[in-house]
Amino acid sequence: MYVLRRLPSLLATLFAVSLLTFLMTSLLPGDPALQILGAENATPEAIAEVRAELGLDDPLPVRYLAWIGDALTGDFGRSYRTSEPVAEAIIDRLPVTAEVGILAIIIALLVAIPVGMLSAYRAGTRTDKIISSTSFGLLAVPNFMVAIFLILIFSVTLGILPATGWVNFTDDPVQNLRSALLPALSLAIAEMAVYTRLLRTDMIATLQQDFVTMARVKGVSNRRILFRHALRPSSFSLMTVAGVQVGAIIGGSVVIETLFALPGVGRLLLDSVVQRDLLMVQGVALVIAVSYVVVNFTVDILYSYLDPRISHGRSAARV
Amino acid sequence: MSTARPLDGRVDEPLLEVDDLRTYFDTPRGVVKAVDGVSLRVDRGKTLGIVGESGSGKTVLSRSIMNLLPKNNTIREGSVRFEGRELTTMKNKEMRTIWGAELAMILQDPMTSLNPVTKIGEQITESLGIHLGEKGKTARAHAVELLKSVGIPAAERRLGEYPHQLSGGMRQRVTIAIALACGPKLLVADEPTTALDVTVQRQILDLLESQQHQRNMGLIIITHDLGVVAGRADEIAVMYAGRIVERAPTKELFARNRHPYTEGLLRSIPRLHQPSHTRLQAIPGRPPELIDPPAGCRFAPRCNYAQDKCLTETPLLAPHAAGHEAACHFPVGTTAGQEALERNLAAGRTAAGTPLDSTLIATAGAA
Repeated sequence: MYVLRRLPSLLATLFAVSLLTFLMTSLLPGDPALQILGAENATPEAIAEVRAELGLDDPLPVRYLAWIGDALTGDFGRSYRTSEPVAEAIIDRLPVTAEVGILAIIIALLVAIPVGMLSAYRAGTRTDKIISSTSFGLLAVPNFMVAIFLILIFSVTLGILPATGWVNFTDDPVQNLRSALLPALSLAIAEMAVYTRLLRTDMIATLQQDFVTMARVKGVSNRRILFRHALRPSSFSLMTVAGVQVGAIIGGSVVIETLFALPGVGRLLLDSVVQRDLLMVQGVALVIAVSYVVVNFTVDILYSYLDPRISHGRSAARV
Repeated sequence: MSTARPLDGRVDEPLLEVDDLRTYFDTPRGVVKAVDGVSLRVDRGKTLGIVGESGSGKTVLSRSIMNLLPKNNTIREGSVRFEGRELTTMKNKEMRTIWGAELAMILQDPMTSLNPVTKIGEQITESLGIHLGEKGKTARAHAVELLKSVGIPAAERRLGEYPHQLSGGMRQRVTIAIALACGPKLLVADEPTTALDVTVQRQILDLLESQQHQRNMGLIIITHDLGVVAGRADEIAVMYAGRIVERAPTKELFARNRHPYTEGLLRSIPRLHQPSHTRLQAIPGRPPELIDPPAGCRFAPRCNYAQDKCLTETPLLAPHAAGHEAACHFPVGTTAGQEALERNLAAGRTAAGTPLDSTLIATAGAA
C-alpha cells in the first residue's frame, strides 16, 4: 500500500531531523553551565561539575544517543533554568499554538476556496480584479500590523474581544474561542490571500481543460462544474502550501504570540534560546520538526485521494 | 448573403442548418476571423465530414455550432438552427437542456476529455441523472449497458475504475458512451481518432458508424485527414482559412474535386499502388493568418493555379453538379483550370509569385 511504501522514507527523514536538531543546538554559542550557575558562582570547578552532571563533556554521538533514547520514551530531560520537565512544558504550550494555528487555517480556507473559485470563474472581469488587488494588498501587510488593527477595532473600539491573554478550553470553551479568535484572524489574513491566489491560478488552468468542456456538453450546471469537476484537480498547490503552513504554525508565530501574550510554543522557544536553555530548545525544535514532517507526510497521502493516479503509479497505462 | 440551399433538393426540415455563420475573436492584435461565413446542413441519420488542416477554423466552427465559446471577446453572426430552434441566441441555461440530451460532442484527446479524478461510472451516470432523472441502480445498469454497447469488456468492473487505468482506445469508447448516454440527435466528433493508434482509429470509426445507424443520429466528423471520412461521410465539406471552399457528396468529391486545395489534400494521401519512396505531395506554405486576411482567394499564395484575378476577387461557392459546390475562379478539371495551370507552368511561377516545381506537377498529372 501507498502509505506503507512511504513509511521507510518517513522514518529516515525523522532520524535526519532529530540529528540535525541535536547538532544545531550543540553548536549554539554560550556555555549552558555558565548560564545555570550565574556569573558570580561560576568558578572553574563549579562549571566543570555542572558540565559533568549534564553530560556535556561526553562525545557528541554519546550525547545524541542518550538524548534521543530518552526522547523516544517521552523524556526530553529537564529545563536547565526551571528544572521543569521539557515534555511537560511543551505539552502545556502546544494546545494553545495548535488551536490558534488550526483555527487560522480553517478561517483562511473557508474564505479562500469560494473567493478563489469566484475569481477564476470570472477571470479578467472586475470582480476578479478587485479580488486580486485586495489579496495582493493583504499579502503586503505584515501580520503584526493586521493584529494591531484588529485589536484596535475589536478590543479598543468595539470592546467585544479580548486584546491579550488566554483561557483554556477546559476552563471555559466560549472564553477560549474568544481569546483565540483575534490571533487566529491575524494569522489567517495573509494565508487567505495566498490561498486565493493559488486556487485562482490552478482553477483557471483547470477550467480550460477538455474535461470541463465535456462536462459542459453533458449539460452540467456551472456550479456543479466548479465544485464537482474542477475543485479537486485544482487544489494541489493549495494543499501543498496549506500543509507546509500547518507545520509552520505548530512552530508558533513568535510575533503573534508575543503581541497577544499567548502561552504558546513560539514564545517558549524564544525564551529558551535567549536563556541558553539547551534541552528545552532541543525538545521544542524536535517537536516542531517532527510535526512538519508528519503533516507533510499526511498531505502526501491526501494527494493520492485528490488524484487517484498517484497511488496507482503515474506512468502506468498511458495510451 | 444566405447561401444555404438544400443539397439534394429535399425540403423537409434539416436536423442542423448553419447559415452564414461568422465567428470572430477580438484580440489585442486585431480581429481573428476564425469562421467567416459558413453554411452547412446535416440531416437525420446522415454524416457530414468537415475536413481542413490545423488552423482552418474547423474546431472553432464546431464550438461555435455547439454554442460553447465564451461570450466575451467573441463576435458571432449568422444562424445555427437545430431542429428549427435558433441556438446562437440561446442562453447557457437553455443550452444545458439541449447539451448532452440532444446535442453531444466527443473531443480529440480521450486522455484529457475525461476527468482524471472521477470514476468512469460517475462520469457516465452524471448526464443520465441530469437529463433522464436516473439515479442509483437504474443509472448504474444503464451505464453498464452503454459501456457494453460501445464494446468495452468487463463493463461492470470498469465503472469503478479511473480513466488512467484504461487504454487510449478504451477511453475514447468511454467518451462515446458518455456522449450517447441520453440518445442525442446530433453528435459532433472533433478529430475523434487523431490521438489514437491507427488500428484503433478504424475500430472507433466503425463504432461511431454503427451507433449512428442504430440511433438514426446525425453525425459531424471533423478531421484533418480525408482518409477518415472517405468511406463514411455522406457529404464532405472542405474548409480553408475559416471558409468552406468545396462541398460535395463523398463519391463526387473523390471522383471530381474542383478546388485546388481539395486536390492538394487528396494528393497528400499516400497511395498503395505508388512505388515505395514516392515523394508525397505536400501543399507548400501554411494557412494564412486570420487577422486581416488579404483580399481575393485565401488559398492563392499556395495554389498552383493562381491567376491575377485570384489575388483581387474572392471566389464564391458556385455549383458544379448536383450538391457539388466549389469556391474557385479556375476550378480543377475544367478548361479554365487547365489553361491557368499551363500558363503558370510556362512562367515557372504563379500569379502570387510562388515558384512551381514543374516535374512534380507533371508526374502528378501523369499518375
